[in-house]
Amino acid sequence: MLARIWALIIKEFLALLKDKASRVVLIGPPFIQLLVFGYAATFDLNQIPYAVYNEDAGAVGRTLVAYFEGSPTFHQTVFISHESQIAPSIDNQKVLLVLHVAPHFTQNILQHQSGQIQVLIDGRNSNTATIALNDVSAIINQFNQDWMAQYGWAAPPALPEIRAWYNPNLISRWFIVPGIVALLTLVVTLLVTGLSVAREREMGTLDQLLVSPLRPLEILLGKALPGFIIGLLEAGLISTLVVVWFHVPFTGSLLALILGIILFLWAAIGLGLMISSLANTQQQGLLGVFLFLVPAVILSGFSTPIANMPEPVQWLTFLNPMRYFLVIVRGVFLEGAGLALLWPQYWPLALLAVASMSTAHWRFRTHMG
Amino acid sequence: MSSATPAVVELQGCSKWFQRAGQRVLALNAVTAQVAQGRVTGLLGPDGAGKTTLMRLAASLFHPDQGEVQVLGLNSRTQGAQIQQLIGYMPQRFGLYEELTVQENLDLYAALQGLEPSRQRARQQELLALTALGPFGARRAGQLSGGMKQKLGLACALLRAPALLLLDEPTVGVDPISRRELWQIILGLRHQGLSVLVSTAYLDEAERCDDLLLLHQGQLLEHAPHPVLTAPLQGCCFLVTQPGLSRRLLQSRLRQRTGVLDATIQAEGVRVVCREPQALPQPPEQWMPIAPRFEDAFVVRLYQAQHSGAASEATPKATPKAIPSAVPSVSPPRPEPLTQPIQATGPTFSPEPVIEVHDLIRRFGEFVAVKGISFTVLRGQIFGLLGANGAGKTTTFNMLCGLLSPTAGTLRVAGEQLGRAAAQARRNIGYVAQKFSLYGHLSVLQNLAFFSALYGLRGAHKTARIQWALDEFELTPFALANSQDLPLGFKQRLALACALMHQPLILFLDEPTSGVDPLARRDFWKRINQLADSGVTVMITTHFMEEAEYCDQLVLMSLGEILAQGTPQSVRALAARPDQAQPSMEEAFITLIQQHESPLRRAS
Amino acid sequence: MITAQRLHALVRKEFLQILRDPSAIAIAFVLPVFLLFLFGYGVSLDAHHVPVAVVVEQPTQETNEFVAGLSQSTYFQIHPFTQLTAARAALMRHEVDGVLWLRSDFTRALLQQRTAPFGILVNGVDANTARLLEGYLQGVWQTWLQQRATRSGQILHLPATLENRIWFNPALRSRNYLVPGLIAVIMTLIGALLTALVVAREWERGTMEALMATPVSLLELLLGKLIPYFLLGMGGMALSVCMALWLFAVPLEGSLGLLILASALFLLVALGMGLLISTVARNQFVAGQIAIIVTFLPAFILSGFIFDIGSMPEPIQFMTHIVAARYFVALLQTLFLAGNVPEVILTNAAALLLMALIFFGLTWRQSRKRLD
Repeated sequence: MLARIWALIIKEFLALLKDKASRVVLIGPPFIQLLVFGYAATFDLNQIPYAVYNEDAGAVGRTLVAYFEGSPTFHQTVFISHESQIAPSIDNQKVLLVLHVAPHFTQNILQHQSGQIQVLIDGRNSNTATIALNDVSAIINQFNQDWMAQYGWAAPPALPEIRAWYNPNLISRWFIVPGIVALLTLVVTLLVTGLSVAREREMGTLDQLLVSPLRPLEILLGKALPGFIIGLLEAGLISTLVVVWFHVPFTGSLLALILGIILFLWAAIGLGLMISSLANTQQQGLLGVFLFLVPAVILSGFSTPIANMPEPVQWLTFLNPMRYFLVIVRGVFLEGAGLALLWPQYWPLALLAVASMSTAHWRFRTHMG
Repeated sequence: MSSATPAVVELQGCSKWFQRAGQRVLALNAVTAQVAQGRVTGLLGPDGAGKTTLMRLAASLFHPDQGEVQVLGLNSRTQGAQIQQLIGYMPQRFGLYEELTVQENLDLYAALQGLEPSRQRARQQELLALTALGPFGARRAGQLSGGMKQKLGLACALLRAPALLLLDEPTVGVDPISRRELWQIILGLRHQGLSVLVSTAYLDEAERCDDLLLLHQGQLLEHAPHPVLTAPLQGCCFLVTQPGLSRRLLQSRLRQRTGVLDATIQAEGVRVVCREPQALPQPPEQWMPIAPRFEDAFVVRLYQAQHSGAASEATPKATPKAIPSAVPSVSPPRPEPLTQPIQATGPTFSPEPVIEVHDLIRRFGEFVAVKGISFTVLRGQIFGLLGANGAGKTTTFNMLCGLLSPTAGTLRVAGEQLGRAAAQARRNIGYVAQKFSLYGHLSVLQNLAFFSALYGLRGAHKTARIQWALDEFELTPFALANSQDLPLGFKQRLALACALMHQPLILFLDEPTSGVDPLARRDFWKRINQLADSGVTVMITTHFMEEAEYCDQLVLMSLGEILAQGTPQSVRALAARPDQAQPSMEEAFITLIQQHESPLRRAS
Repeated sequence: MITAQRLHALVRKEFLQILRDPSAIAIAFVLPVFLLFLFGYGVSLDAHHVPVAVVVEQPTQETNEFVAGLSQSTYFQIHPFTQLTAARAALMRHEVDGVLWLRSDFTRALLQQRTAPFGILVNGVDANTARLLEGYLQGVWQTWLQQRATRSGQILHLPATLENRIWFNPALRSRNYLVPGLIAVIMTLIGALLTALVVAREWERGTMEALMATPVSLLELLLGKLIPYFLLGMGGMALSVCMALWLFAVPLEGSLGLLILASALFLLVALGMGLLISTVARNQFVAGQIAIIVTFLPAFILSGFIFDIGSMPEPIQFMTHIVAARYFVALLQTLFLAGNVPEVILTNAAALLLMALIFFGLTWRQSRKRLD
C-alpha cells in the first residue's frame, strides 16, 4: 500500500513540475500577490491631499497650519484664498479635506478663548474619511497640549494614556501581510487538489487508476499528500518572506504556527478534494474553486473584521477554515501566542479537516466511475 | 495526372510548420498537388499525416509558410475573401451550434453565406430532403445522432451551391450505416458537377473516390486515381485458405514467408499481397487470386517508403529530443522473438471461462443502456464487442472492467465479482483506454515505472519488466521523451506496455487502433495474437469492421441488446442473402442492424 | 464590410445560444447578485457593538459619569471588570478589543483638581479597527469633558476646537461607498468572463472554423459577439444598480443618464478585455483562468475601491492606471454619492474610452480571419 501511494505521489509531482503551466501557477501568482497585497493593501494613509483656507491673519493660525505641514501624513496640494474654491477642490477629488481656520482664531486664543478649526472632508470613501479625521484630531490634540503646556493654560481634568498592544504604531500592513500566508496557502492548495481529479478524468487516466488494484483511499491520499507537501513549502516560504522582507515581527511559538498550518492544510485539502470529486471537467473544478474561494476569503476576516458582519453571516464563517487559521497566524506573528491560547482555533480546524476528508472519501467511494 | 480537366485546387510546393511544445513541427512538406474539377478527390492518410492542414490551406484558413495555393484560380494569400465566397467547407466535428435547432443552423449559415432570403426556403427544403433531415427541423443539433449531425453539417456547407466542397474527415466517429449514406450523397453531388475534396482515415472509402491524394507524415506519397494505384498489384493478391488450421496461425506463417509483403485475416482465410504476381503456395494451402484493394496499395507504398529511406530497418534511430517521424516496425519478415514470458510453453492452458456475463442490465435514470445481455469468454480468446454509436458497447465494456457497476445481473471476471470492494480482483486485468490515455508530462520510463508500482511490482522484478517493455515494444530510443510528444503509433505501444507490466490474465482494449496507420495496426494485431496464444484473454471494442475478423468470438450490439454472437464466420453467415452470398463484415453489420432497428424506426 | 443580413444572423444566433444555454445567463445575472450579496453584507468597515473592557478599580459617582457616555453609544458593548489583570487576559483571549482603565486614584485626582490620567489599551493587530476604536474612545472622553465643564458652570478652554463637516456621506456609512465600488469590481469580472468564455467555446467546439470559412468579415464576427454580450452585461449592470439603490439603500445623487453612459463605456472595456483574452487563449479553461486572474484581484486591490490609491507606493500607484475598474470606481462613487461632477466624470470617462480603444485595437491586431 505504501509503495503504491508513493508511486502516486511521485507521479503527481512529476506531472505538476514538468508541466510549464502548472509550474507557473504554483510559483507566479503567489509571489505577485504577496508583493501586491503587501504593498498595496493597506488602510494606512500617507500624503493625504489637503488644502488650507486660512481666514485668520495671525501667528497662532500659522503655527497650527505648520503642524500639518510638518506631518508626513498630510500633503498640501491646493492653495485656497476664497471660499468659493472649496467646493470644486473637494468635488474634483483634488483634495480629501480642507482645513478651515476661522477668522479671529489667533485673537481668540490669545484671549484665552477657544479658536475654531473646521474640517471639510470628502466622505465618498467613508473609511478613508474616518481615518483622515482621526489623523486631523491627533494633530490638533498635539497642538493643544503643546500650547497649553507652553502658555500655562489650566490642564483638562483627565487625560488619556493610549497604548496599542502588539502593534504599537498601528501599521495595518502588520495585519494584512500575515493574512497573506493564509490566503495564498488556501489558493494554492485548492488549485492543486481541486482540479487534479478532473484533469485526470479529462485525460482518461482516471480510468486507468480505477481499474488498477488501488483503493479509493489510496487514490485520495495520492492526491492529498502532494497538495499537503506543496502547501507546507509554500506556507513556510511565505512566512519567511513576511518576516524577512516585510519585517513583520514574529513573536509567538513556531510550533503553534506549524500545527496551525498542518491542520489548515488538511481542512483545505479536504475541501479541494470534495470539489474535485464533484467536478467532471477542469472547467467545473475551476468554477467550484472560484465559488468557494471568493466567499471564503471575504468571510474570513482577512481584510474586514468578522464582527462587522450581520449575525447570520457571522454564523456562516464558522464553516470557514481560513477564519480560524487567520487568528492563529496573526496570534503567532503579532501576539506571541502559543499552543494553549490558540486551542479554541485548533479544534474547529481539526473537525473541519476530518469532516471534509471523510466527505471526499465517501464521494470517491460511491460516485467514481 | 489529370491535366485534361482544369484544377480547382492547386498546391505549389506548400510547406506548413507549427509550433508545438516549443518545437517547430513540419505538418506539410513541400506538397504539390491538384484537385481536378468535377471529381471526388480523396485525401487519405493516418492521424497526423497533414490532412487537416491541407484542407485548411484550401479553405484559406491557413496560409502556407512556403509555396502557393490557388483555389478556383484565386490566390489563397491575397484573395481569401473571394475564395470563401465560392467554397463550402465542413470542418471536423461539423461546425454546428449544438444549442440551435436544425432549422436555425440552416438559417444562420444561409445568412452568413449571403443567400438571398427569397431563395433560402426553397434551397433549405431541397437540402433537407437530400439529407432526410426534414422531420427533425425543430430538433436541437446537440440532440442529433453522429450521423445526422454529419448530414446537417454537410447541408450547411452546401447552402449556397458552392463550386468546391471541402469535407474534413466527415466520417469520423460515425457508424457504417451513416457512412454509407453520406457517400451516396457525395456521389450524387458529383453527378451534378460539384468538385469535392474529402479527407478520411478510412482506407476503404478510397474506393469511392475518383482521385486519391495519399499523405503520410506531411508528404504526398501518391497522387493518382484509384485503379492506377492498385494496378501494379494486379495478380499479386490472393486469398489463402487452409482447412483445419486457424486463420491466425496461417497468417503468422504466411507473414514470415519470403516474397510475401502483407498478410491480413479476411473472411474465411488470409489475404496475402506478394512481391511478384505469383502465388507461393505450400500444400495443403489453397491460393485464390483476388482483386487488389486500396489498402494493399497503401501498405505496400508505406513499406517501400520505409525501405527506400536511409532508415533501413524498423528500429527508429531517434534521439528523445527530436521526435522523429514515426517509422512503424512491422511486416518485414524477420524471426519473431517470442519474448512473451507469460506462457512461454505455448498453448497448454485449458479453455475455462474467464468472463461470464448473465442477464446484465444497466440503467441511467429512465434510459436502459444495456438490456439484459449474456455471454461467456473463454481463456485465450480474442473477444470483440461491436456496435453502432449508442448501442451500449461502451457501457458494457466499462462494466466488464469495473468502471461502472451493473444495475442487475451477474458479472464474473476471472472468477471474481469486479466490484469496488474487490481491489485485488483488478490485479488480473490490464486496460488500454481510448486514445491511449497516459500521463503526458511523464516520460516513457516514468510511465512504465508508475504503472509497475501501481500493481505492486518492485525491486529486480520491476526493473526486469521495464526492460522487457522497452525491448519488446522498441521504446528504448524514446525512454526519456515525454509520452505526449510520441507519435501516435508509439503512444499506442506504450499504452499497451503499461497495461501488460503486471502480466494480467485479461486485457481490455477500447478502440485501440483508431487513428493509427495501417502498418502500426498490423504490428498491434501481431502482438495481440501472440498474447492470446500465450493464454491471455483479450476483450476489444473497435469500429474497424475488418478488424472484427481477428476476433475468435464477437458480439454485435444494437440498442442495448445483442443482435448476434459467435465466430466472425457465423455472424457473417447470419447476414447472407440471395443478393449477397458472401457479405463482408461491414455488409453483415449494416444488414443486421438495419433488420433490428427498422421496426423501431418505423414505430417512431 | 458589414451586411445587415449577416450581422443580424450572428446576433440572433448568439441570443438563441444565450437563451438555451443557461451558463451565460448565470454569469450575467446570478453571479453579480451572488457576489453583491456576499460582499455587500460581508464587507463592512463600520464597527458596532465593539466589546470593550471597562476596568473601574474604585467605583464612584465620577467614574459612573465617565462610563455612562460609553454605554450610551452603540459602538460599544461593555464588559465591566474591577481588575486590570483580568481585563488584559480578556484582551489576550480576544474577548474584548480594547480596555478602558480608570485607576483607583481617578476620583481623588479629579477632586484634587489634578489631571487624572486614565488608560486606553487596544489590540493593535487589526490596525484599522484599533484606530477607529481609539478615535471613538477619545470622542467619549471629549464629550465627558464638555459635559463636566457645563455642569460645573465652567467653560472648558482648549486652544483649538475642531468641527467636522463630512460631505457626501455624513453618516460615514461604509456601505455607501463599498457597494458602488463592488459593482465596478464585479462587472469587470462578469464582462471579461462572459466574452472570454463564449469566444473560447466557439474555438473549442470547432464552430469558429466553420464561421471563418464563410464570407463573414472579421468586423462582423467581433460585432456579432459584442452586441449580444453588451446588452446582457447592461442587464446585469441594471440589476446591480437596482440592488444598490433599493436593497443596500445607497443614495443616487448624480443623473441616471450619466450612470448608464459610464456603465456602457466601462462594459465596452471589460468586453474588449474578454475578447482579447479569448483571442489569445482559444480554450475555455485557460480563458476562464486568465479572466479571473487579470480582472478580479487587480480590480479588488488596485481600483481604490477599498484601499486608498494615494497611499500606495509610487510604482503600484502607477500600475493602477492600467486597471479599468479604477476609473469606474471613481465614476460610480462620485455619481452615487457626490453627483454630476464634470471634471471627475470627464477625465475618468476619457480614460475608459482610451482603454476601450486600446483593447479593441489590440484584439483587431491579434485576430485574423485565419486559424494560424
